[in-house]
Amino acid sequence: MIAVGEQAPDFTLRDQDGEKVSLSDYRGRKVMLVFYPGDFSPVCGDQLSIYQEVKPQIAEQGVELVGVSVDSFFVHRAFRETLGIDTVLLSDFEPKGEVARAYGAYFEKLGFAHRALVLVDEDGKVAWTHQSPSDDEIPGANLIFDAIG
Amino acid sequence: MADLTSASIPPIGPDDHVRGEGEGLVVYADLGCPHCAAEWQRLHERAGRLVFRHFPIASKRPRSPALHAAAEAAGRQGRFFEMVDSLYADRGRVDDPHLWQRAEALGLDLERFEADRRSTAVEARVRRDFESGIRAGVSGTPALFEECGHLSTGPCVQASDRAPGRRVD
Repeated sequence: MIAVGEQAPDFTLRDQDGEKVSLSDYRGRKVMLVFYPGDFSPVCGDQLSIYQEVKPQIAEQGVELVGVSVDSFFVHRAFRETLGIDTVLLSDFEPKGEVARAYGAYFEKLGFAHRALVLVDEDGKVAWTHQSPSDDEIPGANLIFDAIG
Repeated sequence: MADLTSASIPPIGPDDHVRGEGEGLVVYADLGCPHCAAEWQRLHERAGRLVFRHFPIASKRPRSPALHAAAEAAGRQGRFFEMVDSLYADRGRVDDPHLWQRAEALGLDLERFEADRRSTAVEARVRRDFESGIRAGVSGTPALFEECGHLSTGPCVQASDRAPGRRVD
């Protein structure tokens, strides 16, 4: 994983609506990047559903929640609709996994991101990271609040 | 603002929903969750004390908050577990008329049931359980914890700093 204190690599990816979103768009605000293996996998769905339930409390602390996986933005849109969530999902699709690689969160062997969280502060620096011991293990939302509190 | 940082599950309190005696399990469950319904059947066959805590995941199952409010409202008339059993046994009928039928079948005062299930007090009670689950790292349902200690004896043992509580599922 990328080290705490480093400048978070900037990126521009398409969101679920096909709109380009850059990390630098969030400068001045905190962003929690949620890297996850893939849309429509049972574990990933549970993770984003749980985070959705506490998204207002995360926002109250001035933190934007942003999901990142290698799925296309078309799939992201369908995934959001299926889950009933409104978290921004970014498509690390082409070149595949480039952003996850830049953050040290890419699983080369299987071709998707590990389950990892990266908090980027208002100045664009990495403030906190967490990688699940197993990609089947969801980082509880409590860990997010520990990091941003 | 609610504190949602890591913490062990709270000790069993006087207003927890408790069934049975002996060694206990605490289950954080969603009344709209099919996996919870299956687990509920398994837990029925187990001896010991069972503590039910609300964990509705509304984005995933939009009717879950209404189901939890109905169970809590039934609890205000002493029929909490009967309502939970009813909801898990017949998961296809979860609209308001079905809830009224269930309440009637349980002999509840319907007017009171209706007022209670829409009350802020019931909403807050459900949310309290949900937030305690979030703090303990619950990230899916059902989530089972060993009950560590007796009533009001303090928090459960922490299995690790990262995952408070001793999750056993």
